[in-house]
Amino acid sequence: MTALNTVLKTDREIDYNVNSVRADFPALSLEINGYPLAFLDSGASAQKPNQVLDRMDRAYRSEYANVHRGAYTLSQLATDNYENARLTVANFLNAKTPDEIVFTRNVTAAINLVAYSYGRTFLSAGDEVIISHMEHHANIVPWQLLRDAIGIEIKVVPIDECGNFLMEEFKKLLGPKTKLVAVTQVSNVLGTILPVKEIVQQAHNVGAHVLIDGCQGVVHEGVDVQDLDAEFYAFTGHKLYGPSGIGVLWGKLDLLNSMPPYEGGGDMIENVTFEKTTYREAPARFEAGTPPIVEAVGLAAAIDYVKSIGLENIANHESKLLTYATNELSQIDGLRIIGQADNKAPIISFVLDGVHPHDIGTIIDSRGVAVRAGHHCAQPLMDRYELAATARASLAMYNNTDDIDQLVGALNYVKEIFS
Amino acid sequence: MEDDIRELYQEVILDHGKNPRNFRHPEDATSEADGNNPLCGDKLTVFVKIGENQNIEDAAFEGRGCAISVASASMMTDIVIGKKIAEVDELFGIFHNMCKGEEVGETPEEFEADIEKLMVLSGVKQFPMRVKCATLAWHAINAAVHGEQVVSSE
Repeated sequence: MTALNTVLKTDREIDYNVNSVRADFPALSLEINGYPLAFLDSGASAQKPNQVLDRMDRAYRSEYANVHRGAYTLSQLATDNYENARLTVANFLNAKTPDEIVFTRNVTAAINLVAYSYGRTFLSAGDEVIISHMEHHANIVPWQLLRDAIGIEIKVVPIDECGNFLMEEFKKLLGPKTKLVAVTQVSNVLGTILPVKEIVQQAHNVGAHVLIDGCQGVVHEGVDVQDLDAEFYAFTGHKLYGPSGIGVLWGKLDLLNSMPPYEGGGDMIENVTFEKTTYREAPARFEAGTPPIVEAVGLAAAIDYVKSIGLENIANHESKLLTYATNELSQIDGLRIIGQADNKAPIISFVLDGVHPHDIGTIIDSRGVAVRAGHHCAQPLMDRYELAATARASLAMYNNTDDIDQLVGALNYVKEIFS
Repeated sequence: MEDDIRELYQEVILDHGKNPRNFRHPEDATSEADGNNPLCGDKLTVFVKIGENQNIEDAAFEGRGCAISVASASMMTDIVIGKKIAEVDELFGIFHNMCKGEEVGETPEEFEADIEKLMVLSGVKQFPMRVKCATLAWHAINAAVHGEQVVSSE
């Protein structure tokens, strides 16, 4: 199912030059508080390579105009760039057609679009939406808003102590009332890789539709939406080494075209009179107003960059680094890793006896180490482990063992202060 | 930076963080308020017993948070017991300025000992993102004595 699985099974040694990857990311040469930056918070947002920065710079300097409007050369160029970006995304996801790619503001906007447009059209009171216990707020709150508006029910698939998705419990929740299953591909806190393909199959067995939140998954695992066969797949650009301000909703075309617009405005209409307005087909129907033009170009550049390194190579590198980091961190006395699922992406949440994660974050920052400390926008999951917060190191294609060693050294400094 | 960290996490703070004073729920509390820091998940409840003369007869807290927010709550409850509500308001203003690195100005003589104690938390001014940790309990007690139930430091 996953690139990572394939890599682990074949155990292919790939010549992956992390130093040449690092050289593409200017932020990685920063010095923070007198130490080299060890950036271990890519799960929140990744750093950007020169290839993305330069491409966006060029788009603003010499290729910029509004899209889909002007009958002049620059506008045509900007429109071509924007639509080519859609094609790049479509190819990356293996979508059937670029028309299935809707550009949004971020993954949150993409999920809200589905909850509002699809939810209010196809769901009604008493229908059930199933989510998992490891969703972040972006895949919880839109469904609660829908519940409050039209009276759907939300069911939650439990997880075990290690953070595994409990497939048997999921099957028990599925039934004739299940209309939609909305789950993440990879947990942003625990790193758990969910068996999304089986989830889709099980949901389809009862006639339910599926939305996969791919904002962590697309980075580490990639996706083939035709093979996955869900109805919706959503992700955000800034975690995939692209700019902030752009996300993607992929949906099956017939379904997208059967959904009413979410926002109204320019660019999404066929004909407007004060009596009646008709709407264009997807994706234009869902892209009201001036879209994130240069952000789309930047996202396409990021995808091109990731493809040039190779998703499989990245997954292999990250998997080795995850093993290294897990081993090193496990040797710190009093450190406990939260989330030890059988199949894991390179995300390590941890707590340290007697030290609040927020204090960890501040102290290790003084040693140049950037991690996230907090509830990671996943409070129900924190409650599951009876924790208010964790510290989280999330690894990316540009991290190396030096970053991990720097983290371990900084954590020992935390222990020294709190001893 | 190393010095700033050592100043922030000095012995007194670590001690209050590990062994907070007045960490309890007094049954005769006359009001309480929650202090939430939604960004980092800190949650404190501050309890006060207000006497007839608008005196804080007792103050305590429960909850969980980082070393800074727990130490601040611990020290605050120690300091406010026996004070009038108006005095607590005034101290909060002084403390808030102290944490933000702003001019504290002339302070009343009777607060001198309290301000000296609170000074240990002023290292937080070097860490703007942690100011809200230091002030969380104060926001909560402010809400409790003025009749609000929940405050957020955001």
